[in-house]
Amino acid sequence: MLTIGLTHYLVLAAVLFCCGLYVMTTKRNAVGILIGAELVLNAACLNLVAFSRYRTGRLDGQIAALFVIVLAAAEAAIAIAIFVNYYRLLSTIDADEGRQLRG
Amino acid sequence: MTGEAIAFYLLAAVVTAFALGCVLASNIVRMALCLLGTLGGVALLYFLMAANFLGAIQLIVYAGGTLIVIVFGVMLTSRAYGTKLRVRPLEMIGAAVVTLALLAGLTAILVRTAGPVVSPSTPDFGVAQIGTELLSTYLVPFEVISVLLLAVMIGAAYLVQPEKK
Repeated sequence: MLTIGLTHYLVLAAVLFCCGLYVMTTKRNAVGILIGAELVLNAACLNLVAFSRYRTGRLDGQIAALFVIVLAAAEAAIAIAIFVNYYRLLSTIDADEGRQLRG
Repeated sequence: MTGEAIAFYLLAAVVTAFALGCVLASNIVRMALCLLGTLGGVALLYFLMAANFLGAIQLIVYAGGTLIVIVFGVMLTSRAYGTKLRVRPLEMIGAAVVTLALLAGLTAILVRTAGPVVSPSTPDFGVAQIGTELLSTYLVPFEVISVLLLAVMIGAAYLVQPEKK
C-alpha cells in the first residue's frame, strides 16, 4: 500500500476511464463527448507509461503514448471541424438532433 | 511513507477530483477547465514515472494545443449559450450503473491479479534515446503519423471553409 507499484497506476487509469465513459454516454453537447474521449485516451496513455516503467523496462510504452497524444490532437482538430459544420447546418450542438441521413 | 507515495496519492486525488468535475459540470466551459486540470495532473504523474519528455509533450501538445482547439470549438458553437441541454434522469442512472459496475469489476480484477510490487530498476531515459528509437525502431509509424498529420491539416481546413454561393 505504501510502495507505489503498477496496480496503483492501473486503478487510477480505470477511474479516469470510467469518468470518460460516463461523460461520453451522458453529455448531449458534442464538444462534451469529445472531452470524454480525451479523458479515455489519457487513461490509456497512463496505462502505457506505467507498463513501460514497471514491466517492460524499455521505451516502447512511452513512444506508444507519444503516438496516442499526436492522434488525440489530430482527432480533436477533425472533430471540431465537423462540429462547426454541424452547428452551421442545424444551429445546435446537441448531438441527438442529427438524426436525418441524406446520401 | 515515502515522498513518491505522498506525491502519487496527492496527484491521484487531484486527477480524480478534476475528472469528477468533468462528470458533474453541466457548463461546457467548466468541463473544458476541468479537462485542463486532469491533463496537468496526468502530466505531473508522467514526471513522477520519470517520463520527463512525455510529461513536457503532454503539457505542450495536450494542454496547450488540443485544449485550445476544444475551447475554440466551444466558442464557435455556443451562440445559444443560455439553453441548457437536458439529460433525462433515466439515462443518467443507467450510465452511472453501468460505469460503476465496470469500475468495480476492473478494480477487483486489478487488485486480485496484482503481481509483486517491483521497484523500477530501469534507468531514466533521456530525450536522446527517445529520438534514436523514433528514427530507428519506430521509423515507419513515425513517417505514417507525419503523413496523417498533413492529411488532418488539409482535411480540417477543407471541412470548415465557407459554403460556396
